[in-house]
Amino acid sequence: MVYSERLDGRKIDELRPMEAKVGVVPSADGSASFKTGKTWAIAAIRGPRELFPRFLQNPKKGLLRCHYNMMPFSGSGERIRPGSSRRAQEISMVIMNALEPVVDLSAFPNAVVDVFVDLPQTDAGTRCAAITAAAMALAHAGIPMKDMISSVAVGQVDGTVLADLTYNEEAYDAIVSDIPVAVLHNSKEISLLQMDGEISKDDLIKALELAQTVSEKVYDVQIKALKDYYAKEEKQ
Amino acid sequence: MSQILVEERSVIIPGEVLAEGMDYLPGDNTYRENDKIYSKVLGLASVSGRVLKITALAGPYVPKVEDKIICQVTDILMSGWRVNTNTAYSAVLNVKDATQRYIKKEEDLSKILAIGDYVVVKITQVTSQNLIDVTMKLPGLRKIEGGRIIKINCQKVPRVIGKKASMISLIKEKTGCDITVGQNGLIWIKGNPEGEFKAEQAIKMIEEKSHYEGLTVKVEEFLS
Amino acid sequence: MITNKTAISDLAKQEKRLDVRGLRDYREPIVIDTNISWTAEGSARVQIGETVVMAGVKLSLEKPYNDTPNEGGIMVNAELRPMSSEEYESGPPSIKAVELSRVIDRGIREAKALDMKKLCLEAGEKAWFVTVDIITINDEGNLFDASGLAVLAALKSARFPVVNTENGAINYKEKTEQKLPLTKEPVSVTVYKVGGKFLVDPSKQEEEVYDARLTVASDPNGIISAIQKGGPKPLSIEEISQMSDLAIEKANFLREKLNSFLKDD
Repeated sequence: MVYSERLDGRKIDELRPMEAKVGVVPSADGSASFKTGKTWAIAAIRGPRELFPRFLQNPKKGLLRCHYNMMPFSGSGERIRPGSSRRAQEISMVIMNALEPVVDLSAFPNAVVDVFVDLPQTDAGTRCAAITAAAMALAHAGIPMKDMISSVAVGQVDGTVLADLTYNEEAYDAIVSDIPVAVLHNSKEISLLQMDGEISKDDLIKALELAQTVSEKVYDVQIKALKDYYAKEEKQ
Repeated sequence: MSQILVEERSVIIPGEVLAEGMDYLPGDNTYRENDKIYSKVLGLASVSGRVLKITALAGPYVPKVEDKIICQVTDILMSGWRVNTNTAYSAVLNVKDATQRYIKKEEDLSKILAIGDYVVVKITQVTSQNLIDVTMKLPGLRKIEGGRIIKINCQKVPRVIGKKASMISLIKEKTGCDITVGQNGLIWIKGNPEGEFKAEQAIKMIEEKSHYEGLTVKVEEFLS
Repeated sequence: MITNKTAISDLAKQEKRLDVRGLRDYREPIVIDTNISWTAEGSARVQIGETVVMAGVKLSLEKPYNDTPNEGGIMVNAELRPMSSEEYESGPPSIKAVELSRVIDRGIREAKALDMKKLCLEAGEKAWFVTVDIITINDEGNLFDASGLAVLAALKSARFPVVNTENGAINYKEKTEQKLPLTKEPVSVTVYKVGGKFLVDPSKQEEEVYDARLTVASDPNGIISAIQKGGPKPLSIEEISQMSDLAIEKANFLREKLNSFLKDD
């Protein structure tokens, strides 16, 4: 186990400092901002609203549509040319798949709920930050949800299973595995799971169990942001 | 052993456990799984006898028959108009539900209601696919002229109206405005510009602070 | 769809507005934050009332254009993000986005606000190219003025990244103390004609019922560096003169606001 002291001094199950706020896009139906370390995601919900093109309409329930977008100045190197990339399309899809199990759109046949996530700056864990922000925004918008969902990346660096990798850890010169995970709060079931790199099956299971544990910390931040938004005035 | 786990009027987030045990019943915006009752939406907890429900703090308007709503004309049809209800679903106002007088076949419907006009209507029918029919032929329903239209979160409409219309009457009296509140969150305010703006601000204050205690007092203070 | 069209127009004739502001008043608060994005070489977030936009500067080293071998370049690009208004869809830039980009771009480029020659490292071989991206977060009207301020604030707060002197590679993770060669600071103000009267800082609803608008970018001495007329109705020379005066006056107001936020930079 070579990598025991993390580059930024954190413990192996310690998450980066998080900041969350609800209602950051006032004209949207719901919105939230989520920062973890240097990764920052802003999510906004528009809907349920009319869905075009018509062939996408589902008479049984509303459609959840996600749009993940990194701002041109949010990458760690050169400018990112605006417009949809294949990476953004895939991430949009996995975000949608992660949120689907908790969202109930049966009361909105033929309609669409659009989830927009834009990121002003990034340092790994972007799809996790996006899902975490989107979940708060959906709740803020009053969209029916069976459960809250919290997301964080786990993985292993040089044999050590740890939580919330930064860009430098993902790029570490050793065997690395990056595993974005999203966890439903009540059932602890997993609705986002991807893995890049190399990992043994046992370490994978360890990492997933770690994800279930540390996602609780993300959940705490989410509910605080939602409840703070509706904090009542102090009684005099 | 059954127990309620939340306080009355506390802010509840989706998926939060409201009660354990089979003694309690899942009301609006809640669901039961095994022996627990969970919230399905962001809102305020409310216990009424054995029924636990959540009053949503936000969320889309669900069209209901008999509701009075404010809509905008978006299209002129063969025998009526299509109107925007501020939801994902448009509604149809048939010419026979718009006016008492006989309308000739060749008559230009846009002379009665043009695209962009706002109307106060009542919902007469809602299908399972949320196709909506409305009527303008009852007392209190009409084409909107003058004043201004504002939009609020439709879940706050009951608060804006108040118990026995007490809150909305207070605002009307103090600002000298006529105010018509649509269940879909659109509100028509008509008076002089300063009065209208004061009413608008009072309504926005209620929208923002709907979950506060002593809101009526705050609104009264603001309007004086 | 358009709301309160008659109300806005009728009120404007009486020099009034829906929110009881004066015709020449900006909404509050006006908030300008810089360095909001650590990955950008310079960045800003501007808020006017509830309208919020962000701008980010990215620098790259390129071969200069053939016709200007001693100069670097600048490009301003705007994205009207769908999250910011129900009016905007995902996809290629709409004409509204293109107009916003090009008007702000010209305000800076034609004022020669950035000394292009100072951006050149090696004639004909290597020069700095500056790209500023405007991203709308919440559109409650007046994206023009908010974007112009955000771009200026982002350019002022920008610093060159470290360049590896051996292989010429840019290390984007480390910044120098060196600022961009900004010689002028044009501020753009868009004046709207509504109900026959002129107003500034339109709300979203006011933007939908105007007759004509005039965007004017000017420097502290009242020298104009860009003009764009928009809207369905024409303007007389007298009107253009009055609107320009108002724009120059308000540009100084916005410039003061900007400087008050940047004084700690």
